[in-house]
Amino acid sequence: MNVRVGTWSLRLAPRALLVGLLLLMAGFLVTVAALSTGEFTVPVPDIVGAIFGQGTPVAELIVGKLRAPRVVTGLLVGAAFGVGGAIFQSLTRNPLGSPDFIGFTAGASTGGIVAVVTGGSAMMIAGGALAGCVVTAVLVYVLAYRRGVQGYRLVLVGIGANALLLAVNSYLLTRANINDAATAGAWLTGSLGGRGWEHAQPVALALLVLLPLCVWIARPMRMIEMGDDAAKAMGIRVELVRATAITAGVLLTGVATAAAGPVVFVAMAAPQLARRLTRSPGVALASSALMGAVLLTAADLAAQRLLAPTQLPVGVLTAAIGGTYLVLLLRKDRH
Amino acid sequence: MAAPSSRLSGTGLTLAYDQRVVATDLDVVIPDESFTVIIGPNACGKSTLLRALARMLKPKTGAVHLDGSVITSLPSKEVARRLGLLPQSSIVPDGITVADLVARGRYPHQKLMRQWSKADEAAVSEAMKATDVAELADRIVDELSGGQRQRVWLAMALAQETPILLLDEPTTFLDISHQIEVLDLCAELHEEGRTMVAVLHDLNQACRYATHLIVMRDGAIVSEGDPTKIVTPELVREVFDLRCEIIQDPQSGTPLIVPEARRRVSA
Repeated sequence: MNVRVGTWSLRLAPRALLVGLLLLMAGFLVTVAALSTGEFTVPVPDIVGAIFGQGTPVAELIVGKLRAPRVVTGLLVGAAFGVGGAIFQSLTRNPLGSPDFIGFTAGASTGGIVAVVTGGSAMMIAGGALAGCVVTAVLVYVLAYRRGVQGYRLVLVGIGANALLLAVNSYLLTRANINDAATAGAWLTGSLGGRGWEHAQPVALALLVLLPLCVWIARPMRMIEMGDDAAKAMGIRVELVRATAITAGVLLTGVATAAAGPVVFVAMAAPQLARRLTRSPGVALASSALMGAVLLTAADLAAQRLLAPTQLPVGVLTAAIGGTYLVLLLRKDRH
Repeated sequence: MAAPSSRLSGTGLTLAYDQRVVATDLDVVIPDESFTVIIGPNACGKSTLLRALARMLKPKTGAVHLDGSVITSLPSKEVARRLGLLPQSSIVPDGITVADLVARGRYPHQKLMRQWSKADEAAVSEAMKATDVAELADRIVDELSGGQRQRVWLAMALAQETPILLLDEPTTFLDISHQIEVLDLCAELHEEGRTMVAVLHDLNQACRYATHLIVMRDGAIVSEGDPTKIVTPELVREVFDLRCEIIQDPQSGTPLIVPEARRRVSA
């Protein structure tokens, strides 16, 4: 489908548009459900009032201070994981090239654990996670570099780094005192519990800066999926685009991990699910972002309500939902 | 300096991958509107030379000139509108259709806010018609045969609408009928006025299709020119270490290399 206005023209895939709209609707429904339901039910019409300070004090506290920051953080973190995952799966041409498999999330965990055991504040844990993610990414990139970075080498080096860092993380936990270990353990599962606006803000800022960059590199990235020579022949500065993509992907993953902990599977599953639904060739950044947001908030809603009053960390649910759905889709692919 | 009669040339090229030097002080001129074929034994540097001409490989010394300018000094997308390359192997994106893959050839003509002009549409349908893949437009590329797939890649390169098209071993991995099909197509594109440069393995095919033959060995050009004038048993022996007889191709009149036989069936 083509849209032309004067010398401007856009190429749009109707199916991708439809999937995008459906995901937006799903995200909206999940958001409303998350704001409305729970131990204290806020009727849907009261939600808007509560957010803008026109509701009852109790509703304002519960919706405005507790539920809204949590669900917004979930949407933003999910989107960031989705785009981060899509970027690395595209660069490595491999679903296993996601940040949670090639050591970036594990590196973020290392940074987070170090902050916990040294008695750091919540802010320092977040900073540690971001730093851990960036340092790991730089090391993996440098180790994988040989006349440019080839996807398979990035995956192999990354898987090695992942194994190493998981061992480091386990070691750090065994050395930590019991309280720190418990704190770190809870953080390591990935959770949106108790998240406030201060958690949402850095992720929002990162998305605001990096998403336009992603729009710019999305098309050249799709060309690079055909191979470096094919992309260069089309006039693409492959190493520049790749370096930009890696920077954006690492920062999004790092900031998301800093806000919610290493929530597994969203970065891996969201782009794959989005791709299968849109039937787009290669990885699609926009639908991956939407899918990540819906996946994470839906999982968080389920984690809060399924076994209520027992609250599960969202990381447990994302693994279950994302994993199950992906296995089902992969089974279907075989026919 | 580049000769005025040639849009694409290389002077004083030293070509190397890291420390491994493949060729030194190589001068090459691609005659305009020729079908130039580069040939030589394995590891003679023919693909390396083609990659250097296509700016895939930066020469250690010397420079490749396109239209009188050093090719690396021109904006990358600008070069991509004048010179196309069909690499030896490209990766087919998962689940892409023929029409979508061919459309990707329009990338150098597009911008973020000008993604699909009428010229793009015309070029793509023209390219699919020329390569005879129009009926396959909605098929998934992964499901095509090797010959069809190579025609689709060629269509993508054609959609780029470059006056110069470089092909790195376009017939490798194809069976004989598909090889001829692809080369006939290249010859047609050449007749339409494009400058074609191809690396080929088969000396007989090179003689048949080339209007200008470049024969390489050990990173140097041993001989170049019209195949009917330069291909001799001595040249083949010098370059390929092969004793042979050369007869006239009964179909095309071009030189046909017949290697010396070890045995002969009794009549």
